[in-house]
Amino acid sequence: MSALPPYATVGQRTWHYTFRVICGLVFFFLIAPIVVIIPLSFNAQDFFTFTPEMLRLDPEGYSLKHYRDFFNNDSWQSAMWNSLKIAPMATIVSVTFGTLAAIGLSQPHVPFRRAIMAILISPMIVPLIISAAGMYFFYSRIGLQGTYIGVVLAHAALGIPFVIITVTATLVGFDRSLTRAAANMGADPVTTFFRVQMPLILPGVISGGLFAFITSFDEVVVVLFVGSAGQKTLPWQMFIGLREQISPTILAVATILVAISIMLLATVEMLRRRSERLRGMSPG
Amino acid sequence: MTDISQSGPVLAADGTPLKRSLARALRMQKLRALMLIAPLLLFILVTFILPVADMLFRSVENRIVQDTLPQTVEALADWDPASGQLPEEAVFAAMAADLQIAARAKTHTKVAKRLNYENPGVSSVFRKSGRKVSKWDLAADGPFREKLIEIDDGWGDVELWRTIKTYSGSVTSGYFLNAVDMQLGAEGPEIRPENERIYNTMLIRTMRMSLIITFSCILLGYPVAWILANLPARKANLLLILVLLPFWTSLLVRTSAWKILLQQQGVINDTLVWIGLVDDANRLVLINNELGTIIAMTHILLPFMILPMYSVMQTINPSYLRAAKSLGATDWTAFWRVYFPQTVPGIGAGSILVFILAVGYYITPALVGGTKGTFISNLIAYHISTSGNWGLGAALGAILLAVVLLLYWVYDKVVGIDNVKLG
Repeated sequence: MSALPPYATVGQRTWHYTFRVICGLVFFFLIAPIVVIIPLSFNAQDFFTFTPEMLRLDPEGYSLKHYRDFFNNDSWQSAMWNSLKIAPMATIVSVTFGTLAAIGLSQPHVPFRRAIMAILISPMIVPLIISAAGMYFFYSRIGLQGTYIGVVLAHAALGIPFVIITVTATLVGFDRSLTRAAANMGADPVTTFFRVQMPLILPGVISGGLFAFITSFDEVVVVLFVGSAGQKTLPWQMFIGLREQISPTILAVATILVAISIMLLATVEMLRRRSERLRGMSPG
Repeated sequence: MTDISQSGPVLAADGTPLKRSLARALRMQKLRALMLIAPLLLFILVTFILPVADMLFRSVENRIVQDTLPQTVEALADWDPASGQLPEEAVFAAMAADLQIAARAKTHTKVAKRLNYENPGVSSVFRKSGRKVSKWDLAADGPFREKLIEIDDGWGDVELWRTIKTYSGSVTSGYFLNAVDMQLGAEGPEIRPENERIYNTMLIRTMRMSLIITFSCILLGYPVAWILANLPARKANLLLILVLLPFWTSLLVRTSAWKILLQQQGVINDTLVWIGLVDDANRLVLINNELGTIIAMTHILLPFMILPMYSVMQTINPSYLRAAKSLGATDWTAFWRVYFPQTVPGIGAGSILVFILAVGYYITPALVGGTKGTFISNLIAYHISTSGNWGLGAALGAILLAVVLLLYWVYDKVVGIDNVKLG
């Protein structure tokens, strides 16, 4: 695709530029809906579209009122706190179990490896509505439906595939002789794990954890079924807001969430590039 | 060492044969690996696999008729529904006895609700009779046949008894038949009348729309993946962020963005009116229909198509294209005969992934789909949270799960679950 050769015909030149325009349009389609809501969230009016004042870039047309609304409204605030209580706990559970299992799975001889892998990845594959319905029935039977613990366990289960995938991917590049060397020098397995293996696979563990966090933080179907009013999370509140009476506060919430995703994406990208650089897989 | 020691089995340091010693070490290794995996496996089993199994079980479970009306079920065993005759007095007496116990325990409405799914109208017969029967004296107040029919003529309908007999087993295929628009008639399963078929329509709509979404993703994703794979690494990495950002953005945020943009008074319609493409009086209806769901879901699932295509295209050697051209192929032939076939695995992987995700979608269709653009998931959710017909919801869920697992299996064969990449 790089530069056009000097002998390219007119047709080739036209296609070259048309193709770039097409790609540009697709990128625009991908990114525009997310970008558009950011200025809209500063609208001084309760409209979902650009007002003439906004288009004239008149400062009168902009305000922080939707943000003030978000921070002063009790139901949004309690939803935010619920999300912040549920997601980190679910992340801790899935990272702990997931990392251990990923280390087990990347041993050279694991019986039934494929079957085990298929089971562990299944929460990512099974449609959310089925997981949600099943958990609703089953958690009601054992008394976990509508409890904080129930929601945390459900979200942890949904986050586990992401931890497994990222951590096993990191472990592919792990040099097994390092643990043998540590054992050779008299370190017990626990010390070896925390002092030798863990620091090396940490980037993978962190990005797996971030995936698990965002899974729980964004999740709405399962929490709708497994949770009760006391576990109403931010996505749940947004879902209600969108389905019933849509208020412009949602734009402010969406903008805040976009900012959070940008931060998470930046962290994951940094970690990925760092580990690739360390493994000598890419120069940049 | 002499030759004699080599003729025996090779020994390890502790004197056991090396072969056995190695086997033991291997066993230990396997055991250690399994011990590390066991906690998670157990966790997933309890928090995830068992709940899904529980739901699947509900799609065939049917103990309620047997549990609530045990004497009637037993008495009905000898009755032949094909005869067209009402059951004998003994069956009515058994029904009166069962109904009395059930009405006092207030469980008769539950069994009535269950039977009403199969034969609309049963519910009112049971409700009406329950209250009165609970006051009867079972020893003296016979014969019950006339008395029951007196309360409601429903009891004189052979169909009602046939329904009770058909659904007296502890497992039933009834929910599944309902889920594919069939019913258990007098001569086994039969297709429902045309005007009652809703679930097949829904299933077909879900499949059709998922296919359209998958296809739009291929169409939009292919050029982008190509340009990402063929630009210099620095530029490609920058552009890749434009693909990854939507991928990382909350689903609710993207759905709300579309809900706001697609409104009749929204930004897209405003822009089209401003350009003059659309008349102010005839603003486009872009939301609460199939089109809304397709636009929003294509946007949401597009990164899942681009990323696998991109990773396949990265591995294609550009000199193949140059070789084709130097051998006289036109640009199109070189692309179609040389480049495109090598990208098929990427298209396949992306398509299966997008399709699997699309058929199970719930949130986006619920918010931007209106009534015309909803999926089978929305129907499952309706049956589980609103109508209370859990068995039917579970049966529809089981069908959806079967479709997804089949595709998952294909995906595993084509791509391998170990090769799933994130970001």
